[in-house]
Amino acid sequence: MNIIDRRLNPKGKSLTNRQRFLRRARRHIQDAMRDVVRGRGIADVADGEKISIPADDLREPVFHHAREGGVRDYVLPGNKEYLRGDRIPRPESGGGGGGSEGSPDGEGEDDFRFMLTKEEFLDIFLEDLELPDLIKKKVQKLESPAYARAGFSVTGTPASLSLVRTMRNSLSRRIALQRPSLRQVQALEDEIEKLGDSPADQKRRAELEAELEKLGRKRRGIPFIDPIDVRYHRFEPVPKPITKAVMFCLMDVSGSMNEHMKDLAKRFFMLLYVFLTRRYRHVDIVFIRHTHEASEVDEQTFFYSTDTGGTVVSTALAEMKKIARERYSSSEWNIYAAQASDGDNSSGDNARAAELLEKEILPLCQHFAYVEVGPEDRDWTSRDTELWSTYKTLRKPGSVLAMRKVRRRNEIFPVFHDLFAREQRVAS
Amino acid sequence: MNRLETMEAPLFTGSDWDYDKLRQAYNAIEKVAFGELGLDIYPNQIEVITAEQMLDAYSSVGMPLMYKHWSFGKHFARDEILYRKGLRGLAYEIVINSSPCISYVMEENSMALQTLVMAHAAFGHNHFFKNNHLFQQWTDAASILNYLEFAKNYIAKCEEKHGFAAVEKVLDAAHALMNHGVNRYPKKRNLDLSREEARERERAQYQEQMYNDLWRTVPGTAGSAVRPDEVAERKKRLRLPEENLLYFLEKTAPKLQPWQRELLRIVRHIAQYFYPQRQTKVMNEGCATFVHYHIVNRLYDTGRLPEGAMLEILDSHTSVVRQPNFNDREYSGLNPYALGFGMMQDIVRITTEPTDEDRAWFPEMAGNGDPYGTLRHAWANYRDESFILQCLSPTLIRKMKLFTVRNDAEAPDMEVTDIHDETGYREVRRALARSYDVAELEPDIQVVDVDLSGDRRLILQHRVRNGVTLDKADTKRVLRYLASLWGYPVRLVEVDATTDRWLHEHEEGDQAASAA
Repeated sequence: MNIIDRRLNPKGKSLTNRQRFLRRARRHIQDAMRDVVRGRGIADVADGEKISIPADDLREPVFHHAREGGVRDYVLPGNKEYLRGDRIPRPESGGGGGGSEGSPDGEGEDDFRFMLTKEEFLDIFLEDLELPDLIKKKVQKLESPAYARAGFSVTGTPASLSLVRTMRNSLSRRIALQRPSLRQVQALEDEIEKLGDSPADQKRRAELEAELEKLGRKRRGIPFIDPIDVRYHRFEPVPKPITKAVMFCLMDVSGSMNEHMKDLAKRFFMLLYVFLTRRYRHVDIVFIRHTHEASEVDEQTFFYSTDTGGTVVSTALAEMKKIARERYSSSEWNIYAAQASDGDNSSGDNARAAELLEKEILPLCQHFAYVEVGPEDRDWTSRDTELWSTYKTLRKPGSVLAMRKVRRRNEIFPVFHDLFAREQRVAS
Repeated sequence: MNRLETMEAPLFTGSDWDYDKLRQAYNAIEKVAFGELGLDIYPNQIEVITAEQMLDAYSSVGMPLMYKHWSFGKHFARDEILYRKGLRGLAYEIVINSSPCISYVMEENSMALQTLVMAHAAFGHNHFFKNNHLFQQWTDAASILNYLEFAKNYIAKCEEKHGFAAVEKVLDAAHALMNHGVNRYPKKRNLDLSREEARERERAQYQEQMYNDLWRTVPGTAGSAVRPDEVAERKKRLRLPEENLLYFLEKTAPKLQPWQRELLRIVRHIAQYFYPQRQTKVMNEGCATFVHYHIVNRLYDTGRLPEGAMLEILDSHTSVVRQPNFNDREYSGLNPYALGFGMMQDIVRITTEPTDEDRAWFPEMAGNGDPYGTLRHAWANYRDESFILQCLSPTLIRKMKLFTVRNDAEAPDMEVTDIHDETGYREVRRALARSYDVAELEPDIQVVDVDLSGDRRLILQHRVRNGVTLDKADTKRVLRYLASLWGYPVRLVEVDATTDRWLHEHEEGDQAASAA
């Protein structure tokens, strides 16, 4: 009998199976997603945990008998009252007399639901989205360069000694110089050992000892490891891309923005935030709300407290510029901005807003999304509002400005998807 | 009475285990197993694993080496969820029919449980694997692990060569047909899994040289009408009817590449390897449970098991052999452990203290005074169906209060057809035996013809027993897989087994879809 301790065996033996399963599931989620996007039915992205995959696509069908129909006999234990010929009403579920005949593989395939975590879900969900213009600021400043392996060198610290390389060099040198191996020495010694005292043996012994001496000299002359064999791992500093991002949320909170519009805006901001956090290690959010004047506020105030006043968009842009200059230098931060508004602006401000945006804000930003929200019950999207027509003049190829109109809650994701979809996706 | 007189030192105290204790317990178990029960086993290999590794083992049907497939990942995901949520515990052990016989035991088992597990798996199951005629006939314990390794490597190589997707497609389809990929009746015995690898090469070479005349696209004689004997001759050439669908496809499917055929063959071999286990669930578990129960009791009687350990063992033993009544909320079918263990305990009773009824029912067995010899004979020569049919006694039927219910879809209600009384015993026993007959439980599906003169449609037949037809949705899915392997449309006809009356028809395949 053998007892073997397998506990230290590498873990995750079925990891590849899990990945294969996820890959298969992924395809189905994406299919489902595409349908959802087409059907405009997505309720809430943040509820990722609750998404489950229908069993249908993951089932492993086999030939088996239908659950109903025909004549079936069951043998059941624990009879207390029945006599031959008694009638028993059929159970509601139709499974037969207590289900002695389940599905043949003994598992309820219909009920299989595989839950994804929010992380996993979002991974798949946002998989075919890409941030625009990432190249621009990627290699700008080397604050903490990362080190990456870059071949081998003849100098280095003992800690980075490459044993494999060193031994390989040593071996090839020893072969090239024909360094006698231990085995050869051993063979000679064995032979000497066996020799007797006869004159022939004596003579042979002398020969062998001379030979042995020669080998020994050669071995001493050719070291096992020579300094020229030694190799070290070489590391090279690699510039690390900036992984910090700041997201400016700009919103008009004047009286004309009702709860519905704010809700739309919030959803859009939420998606953007989720998306950014998956691309950057650190994401700051700055909330700027404005009426006829703008201020930086916390999230609660931003979404839930009301304010009254006129609408002067340029104040918000100016505030953003100020904050960006003070705290978020564009050499260190990737700056994203999303503005939500119902499109109102006092007509005197349009020119100033346009100028601020074009000259100051857009050059700072990686991406500037303008989302125009409006009432759900009527179709206003064909009409251009003050702000829309103002911003429209700034829209040109290569610009970081993107504009969309959103009317219904379920349009948020499609619009978002549309903004960030990878190029080839858009084409297809 | 003799408990005090023959007391020996306990094997262990406390619940922690270590290798020395395991070894001592093993030796003590071995003495009882060989000396009293006369067991004959493969050499044992006991492997200690963690809960996570147990989950791993679960997901790959318990085999230590298995090729990669998403369905194993799916099972893992489900088992893991159930386990993490506490909905299901893990088995204490998994045992593999191989030589040496590998038993996985969990590290968190207490020493008492390890003793139980060793007696159960390393001796009970092991003896059954080695001696039961089905296992002897259909499995090759010595080389299964090597074969699985070959299969795993072969499939990995195929994936490299032909891509994941292509391999997955074939495996998906083959898995769907796995239950219909077994030979139920022995043909020429050629089960030497260790030579499979060499045979694979030979087959590949042979098939490269071969040109399959059957699938010639140019008709030999123009406008030949179908002669009646042509059909018979065609069937003979294709060796139809054939119930081993995977075998048929492997040998005959016109469009498959050699590597695809090999994949089918691998799945078929694995299915065949597990086929005896599906037929001997009651006996196998019964045998293991009986063996562990006998051994731990003997160890306890001789003072080698401390009281605490014995109580723990009994606790898990009783939960294993618990049989809830049919109207219990926990009822989920007859418990094979309970039935098997009950029958084997009953055999001991019949051979040693028979009643008159037993003498009438089992004249050969009753009072022969050799309970273990009788059991060994049964373990070696029966499968569930025949074992129940031969050995289920009226006493046990009464004890379990078994009764039969007939559910006729035509009738308004279900009807109690037999109960545990004088006139009912034989019927109950027969019905129970039938419910363990794998051939009865699984649909009887055979390849009956190929439409060679037409669109090469493959024609299968399901012989419907008792009016129980196939599940439509799943049948459609499986036929789709089947059609993808066959390369041409597939039709499955359901006919009544007794009257040959046409009942239903399923079709799948490209042409079927376009024609519809």
